[in-house]
Amino acid sequence: MTSNVAKGTMTVEKKKNKKRSQWAEVWRRLKKNKMAMLGLAILTILVLTAIFADFIADYDNVVIKQDLVNKLQGPSAEHPFGTDEFGRDIFARMIHGARVSLRVGILAVGISIIIGGTLGAIAGYYGGKLDNVIMRVMDIFLAIPSILLAIAIVSALGPSLMNLMIAIGISSVPSYARIVRSSVLSIRDQEFIEAAKAIGANDLRIILKHIIPNALAPVIVQGTLGVAGAILSTAGLSFIGLGIQPPAPEWGAMLATGRPYLRYAWHVTTFPGLAIMITILALNLVGDGLRDALDPRLKQ
Amino acid sequence: MSKKELLKIEDLSIYYITEDGTVKAVNGIDIKLNKGETLGLVGETGAGKTTTALGIMRLIPNPPGKIMSGKIEFEGKDLLNIPEEEMRMIRGNKISMIFQDPMTSLNPVMTVGEQIAEVIEIHQDLNKQEAMKKAEEMLELVGIPAARVNDYPHQFSGGMKQRVVIAISLACNPQLLIADEPTTALDVTIQAQVLDLMNNLKEEFNTAMILITHDLGVVSEVCDKVAIMYAGEIVEAASLKQLFENPRHPYTLGLFGSIPNLDEEVDRLKPITGLMPDPTNLPTGCKFHPRCPYGTDICAKQEPKAIEIEDGHKVKCLIYEGLVDAEVKR
Repeated sequence: MTSNVAKGTMTVEKKKNKKRSQWAEVWRRLKKNKMAMLGLAILTILVLTAIFADFIADYDNVVIKQDLVNKLQGPSAEHPFGTDEFGRDIFARMIHGARVSLRVGILAVGISIIIGGTLGAIAGYYGGKLDNVIMRVMDIFLAIPSILLAIAIVSALGPSLMNLMIAIGISSVPSYARIVRSSVLSIRDQEFIEAAKAIGANDLRIILKHIIPNALAPVIVQGTLGVAGAILSTAGLSFIGLGIQPPAPEWGAMLATGRPYLRYAWHVTTFPGLAIMITILALNLVGDGLRDALDPRLKQ
Repeated sequence: MSKKELLKIEDLSIYYITEDGTVKAVNGIDIKLNKGETLGLVGETGAGKTTTALGIMRLIPNPPGKIMSGKIEFEGKDLLNIPEEEMRMIRGNKISMIFQDPMTSLNPVMTVGEQIAEVIEIHQDLNKQEAMKKAEEMLELVGIPAARVNDYPHQFSGGMKQRVVIAISLACNPQLLIADEPTTALDVTIQAQVLDLMNNLKEEFNTAMILITHDLGVVSEVCDKVAIMYAGEIVEAASLKQLFENPRHPYTLGLFGSIPNLDEEVDRLKPITGLMPDPTNLPTGCKFHPRCPYGTDICAKQEPKAIEIEDGHKVKCLIYEGLVDAEVKR
C-alpha cells in the first residue's frame, strides 16, 4: 500500500517535469530545423531593430533631413550604406523602413486571417447554402489578381499606411477563407465534435474551443508566408507610388526612387532590395519550418 | 430501487433520406426504462443501435437523417417537441453519451481537465477554478491521479482515455447514460476494468443506462434488461434472466448459436447464414425471414406483431402468433 502511494507521487513528479503541451512539442521540433532557426534569428533582429529604430537613428534629424551636398555618396564609415539622392543616410532610412514594412506585413495578415478565418469557419461549419454563397464571393475575389485588387482599393481610399494595410489585407482574404474552410470541413465530422455536441455545447463554443484550435496549424504556416507576401506587396505599391508617401522611408519606395541612379549609384537600390530579399527569405524559412513542425505525420 | 419510469420510447422511426434511396435505420421501436435500470441494446452492425442512441440525444445529422415518427418521453417530457435550447440543457446534464472510440472522442488540443471542466461549466453555475477542481475529483473517481489533469489526450492509453470519457459523461450526474459500444475499441483486459468502473459508478449515482453492444457476454455482466435489434426493429425484449434462459426469437437463438460455449463440446459454431438486409431495400413481411431457418411463405407477406409470451418478455415472430408451425429450439 505504502509502496503504491510512493510510486504514485513519483509518477506525479515525473509527469510535472515532462509535461508538454502540443505547442511545446512543436517548438521542440522547430528547434531541430537549422534553417528555420536561422530565419527566426534574422526575424528577431529585424523586429528588435524596428522596435528600437529611434535609438539607432533620429527620425527628424537623420532619416528625413535633406543634405544635398552629400547626395548619392557611396558607402563610407559615416554612411555605411551610402546616401540617397537627397543626401539622407540609407542605413538609417532602412532601419525606420523596417518599422513600416513589418507593421504593414503583420497587420495586413492579421486583418486577412481574422476576416478570412471567420468567413471560412462559418462556411465550413454550417455548409449548405451559406457555404456556397460565401465561397462563391471569395471565388470572385480570387478571380481578380490580388495586386490589382490592392491597387484598386488604395486608389479608392487614398494612399495612407492604414489604407495600405486594409487593401493588402482584404486582397488576401480569400486564400485564408479557403484554408480555414477546408480544415474545418475535415475536423467537423470527427467524433470529438459530436461528443462536444453531446455534452450540450452550443455552436459558438464548438467553433471557438474545438474547431479553431485544431484548424490553426495550416493558418499559422500560411500566415508566416503571407507576411512575406504582404511586405512584397507594400514594396510593390510604394514602388508605383500608391504606398507610403515621401519623405517617410519604406523599402519599396526607396527602391523606386533609386532607380534613375542605378548606373552610377548602385547602393541606393541594392541595400533596400537586399533588405526585402533577406526578410522574405527569413519569413519563408520560418514558414517552411513551421509547416514541417506542425505536421503530425512527421513526428518521430 | 425506485420503479419510476425514466424513458419511454414509442414507435420511433428514423430514416436517412439520401439520393440513392431511403435508409430505414430504425423502424418503430418501443423502449421503456426505469430509473437506475440498465438496458442492453444488442444487434449486428447496421441494426440501428447507434441511430437509436443519437435519436434519443436528438443528434441525428440532419440532413440526411430524419425522425419520421414516434415519441421519446424523458422524465415525462417529449424530447422531440422541445426547443433546441432546452435540449442543449439536457445533453451532457441529464442524458449523456459515451462514444465508441475513445481515441477520437477527445479533443487533441485540450487538456483532459479542461474537457471535463467544460461540461461542468456549461451546465453548472461554477467558475473556472471550481470546475477544474470538480474535474480533478472526477478524474480520481475514475481511477486516474488528479495530477494528470493538465495532460493531453495523446499522453493517455486507450483505456485511460475511455475513463476520461466516462468522467466527462458522469460529471453532471446524469439520469441516463447512453454507452455506445464503450468497450469495443479496448483490449479484453481493459474491457473488464472499464465495465466494472461503469457498473460501480452507475450504482453509486443511481444512473439508468442504455448499453449498446454486440457482445452478449458484456450484456450478461451489466444489464437488467435486454432488447435484441435486427434491421431497425426490436425483435425480442426481455429481462436478462428471461432472455438468457429462454430465448425465443429465431434471431436471438442464432446469436446464441454463434457464441462458443464452454460447457458443450461442439465441432463447429452455427453462424446465422446470409447477411444483414440492405437497409434501403428491406424485405417485406418479417425482416428476418430470408435468413430464418423456420421461414415460410407467410413470413414474407405478413409483418409480425410484438407478442408478450410471458411477463415483460416480448417477441416479434409469427410463430408466437400461431401462424407458423415450428418448434424453436436451441
